[in-house]
Amino acid sequence: MERSQPCVALRDVSLFYRGDDGREVHALEGVSLSIAQGEFVAIAGPSGCGKTTILKLVAGLMPATRGQVLIDGAPVRGPQKNVGMAFQNPTLLPWRSALENVLLPLEVVAPHRHHFRSRQREYEARAQELLQLVGLDGFANKPPYQLSGGMQQRVSLCRALIHEPEILLLDEPFAALDAFTREELWGVLQSLWLARRCTVILVTHDLREAVFLANTVYVMSKRPGRLVHMTHIDLPRPRTLEQMFHTQFTDYVHEIYNRIGEVRV
Amino acid sequence: MKPNTLLRRAFPPAAAIALFFLAWELGCLAFNVDEFILPRPSVAIAAYFQWQEAIWPNALQTLFTTLVGLGLAIAAGTLIGALIGYSALLYDALYPLLVAFNSIPKAALVPVFVIWFGVGTLPAVLIAFLISFFPIAVNVATGIATVEPELRDVLRSLGASKLDLFAKVGFPRALPYFFASLKVAVTLAFVGSVVAELGASNRGIGNMMVIASSRFDVPLVFAGLIVVALMGIALYAAFAILERRVVAWAYR
Ligand SMILES: Nc1ncnc2c1ncn2[C@@H]1O[C@H](COP(=O)(O)OP(=O)(O)O)[C@@H](O)[C@H]1O
Ligand SMILES: [Mg+2]
Repeated sequence: MERSQPCVALRDVSLFYRGDDGREVHALEGVSLSIAQGEFVAIAGPSGCGKTTILKLVAGLMPATRGQVLIDGAPVRGPQKNVGMAFQNPTLLPWRSALENVLLPLEVVAPHRHHFRSRQREYEARAQELLQLVGLDGFANKPPYQLSGGMQQRVSLCRALIHEPEILLLDEPFAALDAFTREELWGVLQSLWLARRCTVILVTHDLREAVFLANTVYVMSKRPGRLVHMTHIDLPRPRTLEQMFHTQFTDYVHEIYNRIGEVRV
Repeated sequence: MKPNTLLRRAFPPAAAIALFFLAWELGCLAFNVDEFILPRPSVAIAAYFQWQEAIWPNALQTLFTTLVGLGLAIAAGTLIGALIGYSALLYDALYPLLVAFNSIPKAALVPVFVIWFGVGTLPAVLIAFLISFFPIAVNVATGIATVEPELRDVLRSLGASKLDLFAKVGFPRALPYFFASLKVAVTLAFVGSVVAELGASNRGIGNMMVIASSRFDVPLVFAGLIVVALMGIALYAAFAILERRVVAWAYR
């Protein structure tokens, strides 16, 4: 793996929130990590440990209190334009069809926004292609409320990828789905990543999800969140759901699980 | 909509209105109510036809006043609503003031406006504006302030400006709230303009009702009330139809 220029790097990052009552919340403490171009990283940890906060820092939605966040070697100052985001809640716009929802970033992000009218057909074809890739051909013109939760989340993934971001930030995107749909979407996300090879940071509290999808799994401590453990997952790709029953897979899950147990006490 | 479903949808309200008038008519007959106290609807309708030519210019005047006042309220209400919806600081700063203004009985302002602007159309327009402004501003603000933070993050992480955020999310999202408030505001605007015309105008339905009552022509007063009510229904229906078209996504 290329180690020369990490795509995303956090150097000794700490973050304090100022709560509504004026008291400070210590969300992150001394977080350092570096993610290579095209790597798939999962961050697992208990609720409230600062996982979402890490994603917001990488997206440039807020500044770190201490330390540095770097993308391609340059410090992050302000919202990034080359990232795509998806959340637990699909947050689709109800007045737009699935296709129009996927197109939203192209209407906003430079330089596409300046060509949106002239190249609309091309962009629509691109969106159709993505929808097809996640198994939604035939649903392009449906409004969100006619789609199931899993389908909405697929649309949300397409929206995060349409402008071909360098970095994809996923905040527990499958947490609200039933087990069958969730595992199906792991496969979908894996093939999207294999096709695009963008850098992915996936936040999750599901260890099997982390091991199934990521090259590297980080485990965080309770608040203030620190990275307490890192595991490289050396499993061949594309990974299959069947593999989850192999000892190689379950060993990884066990190991990470035990590390979390150590953190708890 | 198919004519068939339209008919089915229009029937219950039409029947309710017909029943209301029937009960009114029969009640007056049964208790032998003096026409001077409460004229039967048939008498009021007869008065309408008798005074049709005098009623219509006044009705149009009231309609005009109402629409101008409502138009101003839409413009100002959308602007203020968007501002306080976006900025928590402006919201905190302006909300008490807005509530204070809204708590003032608008009828009490009529004499003030007469002193300032004289008797005429302007006081009525202003009252219609003031009375319909508040629900529009509050609803637009709600629509904009309740945009999901994640959605804001998605757009911000694409480098969206405040204007993008308004055009792509805030504005469309506020539209159902806006239309909901319009339906309230239009009826309030009628109240405002008629109340103002009662004391501060030499034209309009309100003015006509004052003249009629000074002549003890109670059936004509009621004819005026019915005309105002009908105009209210008509505008309400117009906005409801527009709403169905523009924000169909909010109904499912
Ligand atoms: N805007 C905020 N103001 C104050 N505290 C916050 C804010 N956002 C998050 N926090 C707190 O910071 C901690 C970390 O939050 P978050 O990153 O959302 O955790 P996670 O995503 O791991 O559940 C939590 O304890 C949360 O209550
Ligand atoms: Mg979170």
